[in-house]
Amino acid sequence: MRRALRSGRPGLIGSPFKILVLNVVAWAVGVLWITPFIGIFMTSIRPFREVVLHGWWSPVPFTPTLKNYVDALFNPMFSLSRGIINSFIIAVPSTLIPVGIAALTAYGFARFSLPVKRYLFVTILFLMAVPQQMMIIPIFFLLKDLHLLNTYLGLILVHSSWGIPWITFFLKNYFSLLPVELEEAARVDGATDFQVFRKVVLPLALPGLISASVLQFAWVWNDFFFALMLIFDPDKMVVTQMLPRLKGQYQVDWGLLSSGSVIAMLAPLLIYALFNRYYMRGFRGWAMKG
Amino acid sequence: MTSLRMSPTRISFFIPALILILVFVVYPIIATILLSLNINPIPGTEIVEGAPGLENYVKVVSDKRFLNPKGVEQASFPMGAIVHNVIWIAIHLPLTLVVGILFAVFLQYVKGGSIIRSFIFLGMVIPMIVGGLLIQFSFDKDLGVVNLLLKASGLGFLAKTWTIYPDTALFSLILGSVWLWSGFTVTMYSAGLSSLPREVIEAAIVDGADFKTILFKIIIPMLKPVTLTVVAMTILWDLKIFDIVYASTQGGPGGASNVLALLMYEYFARLGDYAMSATVATILTLVVIPVVLLWIRSIMRGGEG
Repeated sequence: MRRALRSGRPGLIGSPFKILVLNVVAWAVGVLWITPFIGIFMTSIRPFREVVLHGWWSPVPFTPTLKNYVDALFNPMFSLSRGIINSFIIAVPSTLIPVGIAALTAYGFARFSLPVKRYLFVTILFLMAVPQQMMIIPIFFLLKDLHLLNTYLGLILVHSSWGIPWITFFLKNYFSLLPVELEEAARVDGATDFQVFRKVVLPLALPGLISASVLQFAWVWNDFFFALMLIFDPDKMVVTQMLPRLKGQYQVDWGLLSSGSVIAMLAPLLIYALFNRYYMRGFRGWAMKG
Repeated sequence: MTSLRMSPTRISFFIPALILILVFVVYPIIATILLSLNINPIPGTEIVEGAPGLENYVKVVSDKRFLNPKGVEQASFPMGAIVHNVIWIAIHLPLTLVVGILFAVFLQYVKGGSIIRSFIFLGMVIPMIVGGLLIQFSFDKDLGVVNLLLKASGLGFLAKTWTIYPDTALFSLILGSVWLWSGFTVTMYSAGLSSLPREVIEAAIVDGADFKTILFKIIIPMLKPVTLTVVAMTILWDLKIFDIVYASTQGGPGGASNVLALLMYEYFARLGDYAMSATVATILTLVVIPVVLLWIRSIMRGGEG
């Protein structure tokens, strides 16, 4: 760990007693912070009647059940099992396409001289920050004309285009830090730009490509707005889109919603857990340089 | 840094991205602006009714759901989407900044601090739709942890389902969004702290400076570049907020927690008024632009050429 001040170092805080108090308070707050997650999980694995009568925190009576999960996954109106499949169908290409395309562009930005590079780069930053709302209406009509409204392909195209600016930004910073000697050697040996890019740069940049992919996948999975605007068919809806529709008309059925929430957040949580280093590097790179 | 001269093959590195961005990002932005001005950018459709001009902007600004002068005057909800967004920033921004700095600084001295940090970060990992549901769940009268805590600390009379009352709906969502977004500020400040030169702080300790002095006179000033980025990103997030509100209150009750992005969606989906919807989107973008410029400047200052 490259932490500037190692934990337990004496100095800033003072006496061991103060540090002990700090530890206790910090852990109390930390546990409190994830209580909503614990609550929704506990609610999801027991009958809702039991939760209403005794609270999800009550240890007795505890009747574990998967009924809420079965109800959500095979809901007759909005089947979350279908939703998860749809989310994968959308998210996988919406990750691979923009990462591939943006890698090319980012490499161009990092290595080629371009007369208006600085302006183009600022434009990319600007496009990263424009609200989705600003482009969705014309996209809606464009996809309608192309008969791509309410199709996977339409949503994938939109997600891919939307992802390109930030991935370009992120990878350009990554490529700029790579040593150029290998590339130069390959060029001297007569390799073309594409060969250099494919054989030398991409393998070197693999960690950066993984970071970008992990984050893009999670964001596409988590997206709600684009799907809400462009997909209407219950059979094609993504999981985040189905979830709010599981709310009852008058009474909120937390049994169903809790299991649905767990199902919908499982994929991004797993990605975060499995690719933690890549995820965090991508995340920091998205917000600021480096 | 080498800079290779442009050539036709090299230009082709930019072509695929350029096409997709022009078609699905740049064109739609321009078309949205035109649409808001009652100029039909989409041939073959009848989505514009009025004459070209600023009519839609006048209509939006005088729409009570956008700005409700009576509500603002009496300080009662709904005050209008744009006011709600401003309130959101006014509460959410300072709270997340403080939470971010405090956690980043103190967690360094906590055993398992990185575990707590990843607990806090979970709010950034999950879909915001789930985030909104978790907020609603946490403020529920019978199930929510907020009311559980209130009861436990003898404030049980305050226990209610916060999200269904006009005077508390917006505030509960804002507090919930602090809970979700703190993962961002803590992460950013932790990364910033770890890159600070440790000698400066140790020298101050040796000189006998107390904790408060070190925090306010050394750490916070040195973290200013991070703060700039964090402030810009947080305001952008607050202005664009949508999923959380959609999932929890749908902007209700009676518009008491409506926000700009949701108003844009209402015009689009419920009323089918595309020009008005585009106008709200354009206003949202106009509000966002100064913050974007601040963010871009903070990034370009980071040594980018």
